[in-house]
Amino acid sequence: MDPGQAPGVYPGAANVIATLMLVLEFGMLRQALIRDQIRLYAAQSALISVLAIVIAAERGLPDLYALAGLSAALKVVAVPLVVRRLLGRTGHDEAPGVAGSFTFGVANTVLGSIGLAAFGYFCFGALGIHSPVAPAAALAIAGAMVLVAFGLMIVRRDVASQAVGFFSLENAISLAALVVAAGLPLILETAFLFDLLVAVVVFAMLMRAHHARTESLSTADLTRLRG
Amino acid sequence: MFAVIVALVAVPFAAAIASLIAPPRAGAAITVTSGVASFGLVLALVPAAAHRTLGYGSYVRVDAVSVIFMLATGFLYAAVAVYCAGYVRKETEGEEPAAARRYTRRFYALFNLFGWSMLVAPTMNSLALLWIAVEVTTVVSALLVALENTDAAVEAAWKYVLIASAGLGLGLLATIFAYFAGAQVLGQHYDLALNTVLQVGARLPHTPVRLAFMLAVLGYGTKVGLFPVHTWLPDAHSEAPTPVSALLSGSLLAVSFYAILRYFQIATATLGSAFPRDVLLAFGVASLLLASLYLLDQRDLKRLLAYSSVEHMGILAIGVSFGAPVALAGVMLHVLAHAAAKGNAFMGAGVFTIKFGSKQISAHRGAMDLLPWSGPMFLLAVFALSAMPPFGIFRSEFQIVAGGFSSHSYAAAAVLVVLVTVAFFGLTASATSMLLSSPRSATVRGEPSAWMVVPVVAGIAVLLVLGLHPPSELTGLISRAVAQLGGAA
Repeated sequence: MDPGQAPGVYPGAANVIATLMLVLEFGMLRQALIRDQIRLYAAQSALISVLAIVIAAERGLPDLYALAGLSAALKVVAVPLVVRRLLGRTGHDEAPGVAGSFTFGVANTVLGSIGLAAFGYFCFGALGIHSPVAPAAALAIAGAMVLVAFGLMIVRRDVASQAVGFFSLENAISLAALVVAAGLPLILETAFLFDLLVAVVVFAMLMRAHHARTESLSTADLTRLRG
Repeated sequence: MFAVIVALVAVPFAAAIASLIAPPRAGAAITVTSGVASFGLVLALVPAAAHRTLGYGSYVRVDAVSVIFMLATGFLYAAVAVYCAGYVRKETEGEEPAAARRYTRRFYALFNLFGWSMLVAPTMNSLALLWIAVEVTTVVSALLVALENTDAAVEAAWKYVLIASAGLGLGLLATIFAYFAGAQVLGQHYDLALNTVLQVGARLPHTPVRLAFMLAVLGYGTKVGLFPVHTWLPDAHSEAPTPVSALLSGSLLAVSFYAILRYFQIATATLGSAFPRDVLLAFGVASLLLASLYLLDQRDLKRLLAYSSVEHMGILAIGVSFGAPVALAGVMLHVLAHAAAKGNAFMGAGVFTIKFGSKQISAHRGAMDLLPWSGPMFLLAVFALSAMPPFGIFRSEFQIVAGGFSSHSYAAAAVLVVLVTVAFFGLTASATSMLLSSPRSATVRGEPSAWMVVPVVAGIAVLLVLGLHPPSELTGLISRAVAQLGGAA
């Protein structure tokens, strides 16, 4: 594309959806309530399905329609449901240990994450990987999301946020997969999604076990073991 | 052979389900039967895999490299299954009957599922399915780590599942970039089968392959326990039930290393051997350095053995980085010998923990006198881990060092020898302080259970066979694996 020329509707739409996903990642990073984090995760997952539909329609990849449906059923409906159900009472706003779990304070965390996102964006952009399916900028945004998701897992000191960080990392990788591996057979994509569901159940069980022992979701006291 | 592979996939899975629904008393028998049968089935694959690659459709492929890793898992699954018969009984002694039944059921079901997932992973042809299988090993083993339900166990399980899953996230990115690389030659729709990608390896674009290899080393390396992404490993090994620690260390780490080897094959085919070898050398030396230093100052026996695992994974990475056929043969032998030796060491540690009621090395005084079988066997296992002759690890490390010299990697080979020597001092100092000191109290002499001794004797026998005279079928299998890994140079 000529650098002076505006992007077409399709690449523009794909980039906007990817950018919205990154914005939601920041939302999860700074959100104080588990319920809202899970809602943001569901919204981000819905955007992945929308992007899959856009790519399917534009590039004539019918498998992606099925993938979008499966992904929505699992990540928009099943995963939030499973996490809330298994967390039980701790899934509510008053679950202790989540709201104040910032290691460096909200403002510093967000500023640091903006730096991380910029680093990820330019690193992935510099790779020069161009897919015939989706714009390269979307891959760079996926790279930014990956680093922000890692940042979320590191700077939030509660098991719920760390788990949401992992789930959103998977969304970032799904975005990268849509850009560079849209032709991956549906059976493998389905297996990935099933595997995610199993991982979500195990994460939720361990969160519940942690809460049962400490009556908190905070990881501040997990200092017995130091690698 | 297809029937054997199907049986191999079906038997441990069926055992997991049976353990969940059968009376808890039957769990041990089911697990021992499944473990021994699975090992027998893997052995049945050896002659065929030594001569040809067994491929069934796009998704199942068993070659010599796969079978070597399956042998390590199969043997350890069988040995530890026998050990569990004694361990679980001792572990549940004195507990409420309902709690003991619940623990026994969960333990055996998850244990068999864990064995199943590690046996299935090397049979996967598609890199995507390989990733899924490795992820399944993570989630199952995380539940096993948390099974004791103590504060420390839950903490270790959480750290493990979070760090390993984040690492495997990078492994998934590696899978996606490998797919992208293949798509440039094979078209947008293909199944990411290893043999297909290897066939077109020389024509793949370099940047995505280089990226995929780096992400695979970092991602799967998290589960292998390579520095600096090893931090979950000592905690999980220390807090898991001891039979699970044995499987984690001897088998799980190797299965993850297997995934790295597959990416190594692709990267070598595309980029040549220099880049992937350099990457593995850097991670291997860093891991070996960290582990050998940590081994000098450990107070917890299971953490000591966990750092020994980091050490041996570093040795594997360095061995592959040498690239010479003799070094690669050493690496393949090392996978088997390490599984037997580390399994033995952890099984011995489990006996000590039950006997002395503590994991602390300082509490295990006079173990040689008080445990007439487990004491000497543990000492032999430590000697084996320290690469003393005549055990298998001596032969494998000798081959790796010889490979280093033959590939003119003199400095790396010298560093390997020095750091292994440091690790030897750390391991043997701790072991001798436990075994040869005088008993502190009037602890009764005797073994907790014969079930916990028999598999250790089998492990020593395997280590002796691997060290003194490996069977010709095995050497044939290793030669073929070396050729598949590109060691013909």
